[in-house]
Amino acid sequence: MNSFLTDPIGFLILWFYSVLRGWNLPEDLVVLIAFVVGAFTLATLSLLLVVFLIWVERKIGGRVQDRLGPNRVGPFGLIQPVADMLKIFTKEFITPDGADKVAYNLGPILAVGAVIMIWAVVPFGITLYGSNLNVGILYIIAVGGIGTLGIIMAGWGSNNKFALLGAFRAVAQLLSYEVPMVVSLLIPVMFAGSMGLNEIVRAQTVPFIVLAPIAALIFFISSIAENGRAPFDLLEAESEIVAGFNVEYSGLKFGFFFVGDFLHAFTIALLFSVLFLGGWNGPGADSMPILGFVYLMIKTSLMYFLGLLIRFTLPRFRIDQMLALNWKLLVPLSLVTVSLTAIVDKLAMNNIWVRVIVLLLVNLIIWLSLQEIMERVYRSRPPRRTVNYPRLKPEADEPVVQPETPAA
Amino acid sequence: MQNDLLYIGIFMLIALFIPGIAIVIAGVLGPKRPAPIKNAAYECGIETVGETWVQFKAQYYIYALIFLVFDVETIFLYPWAIAYNAVGIWAVLEAVLFIFILAGGLGYAWRKGALEWQ
Repeated sequence: MNSFLTDPIGFLILWFYSVLRGWNLPEDLVVLIAFVVGAFTLATLSLLLVVFLIWVERKIGGRVQDRLGPNRVGPFGLIQPVADMLKIFTKEFITPDGADKVAYNLGPILAVGAVIMIWAVVPFGITLYGSNLNVGILYIIAVGGIGTLGIIMAGWGSNNKFALLGAFRAVAQLLSYEVPMVVSLLIPVMFAGSMGLNEIVRAQTVPFIVLAPIAALIFFISSIAENGRAPFDLLEAESEIVAGFNVEYSGLKFGFFFVGDFLHAFTIALLFSVLFLGGWNGPGADSMPILGFVYLMIKTSLMYFLGLLIRFTLPRFRIDQMLALNWKLLVPLSLVTVSLTAIVDKLAMNNIWVRVIVLLLVNLIIWLSLQEIMERVYRSRPPRRTVNYPRLKPEADEPVVQPETPAA
Repeated sequence: MQNDLLYIGIFMLIALFIPGIAIVIAGVLGPKRPAPIKNAAYECGIETVGETWVQFKAQYYIYALIFLVFDVETIFLYPWAIAYNAVGIWAVLEAVLFIFILAGGLGYAWRKGALEWQ
């Protein structure tokens, strides 16, 4: 029942298959060719999207910080990333002396490749996905580890102490934040009864963010940290370790870390929409797959915009704060949330409205008790040492003390 | 299932191939004029002292160890999460017990001061 108007991309895919079969090729070869072409198209599209994302990010970043952003090349500066790309393509690769060549060159490739790999399992619409892998979530987590490896290799291979420091921080941060992310991802899997992303989307008659707001929040925070963006950009802190793991890179190798970064920011918004906001679900999406794609893009853009606002607003954490936030807050919180949600959802009757109300109540209780605990912890801390800075100007109601003039 | 994995395999190769080929092309297009000063390690204009690959803080190892414990053990929770709709309340309680053992490990590490950044 595919027609060109309701599902243009699914229509194209079926048409492509029928063309291949028309050439009387063996069925295995047809599938193989279709897969190669499909994978190539999806990967290329994701990289082309980066060109647009760079513009979006710089423009929004400019507006947030009261600047104009790119506005010279093309209308609204739209062609600016293309100009940047052409320039970066013709730059010299400077390889530092004594670099570990294999790790040094593999770093940027893995950093981009790992992000593109996530796209293989994301369902963009009912018929529109690379592969409906039944262990989709495990695959996403595993592939995320490859990105971490790329950053560590880059820092290690550069033969530079600042880069090595960046790599150490990457180990501490990226590994740590994987724990609450993995634990909070248990909840969508639990509700849907499957790790396939398409099944998870299909199970969201009520978006999972309503059933598990705290898990969604934990996932959002930890995926920002996985992305290594402000406020979690310690691994590339310019003011502390010049630039972190990418300090020795130049030209396109340097650029690819940022391609990976920009694409990852969009990808986590995409994953959040798929896992917690209902993906392509929406009125009329079942009969018109293209509508589902539009819904998903609207949700993703909203989450992406939120991520950008966070990035351009918040200052950077200190490393001990970053680790404490993870191990002392997010990990225990995610463990508690998962266990309570599991028990309560099992006890609640299978009526969807009962579940919604009960689970929302549980989340509210967890949140309130968290606040109470945090407040007690802060009250029990020794008071901060205060420093009496010399005041430049006396306050309004304070009598101005004249220095005593020595008697003549 | 096999087809899905085939697609994933092809996709992973292509995802690595595209950036790789782009870097090769850029390497051909760009100039190549290495110089000793240009190739020196960038440390704000100061000549680098000693080995780069030095020993580093043991603290990082501790975080990596705690991570390893958690990551391996949460993988055990995924099969349970998939079967969640099919199992009874007791299986859920057992999984919660397992999570509490995990939390106990975290509490132990916390108590021992492994989570303090020194």
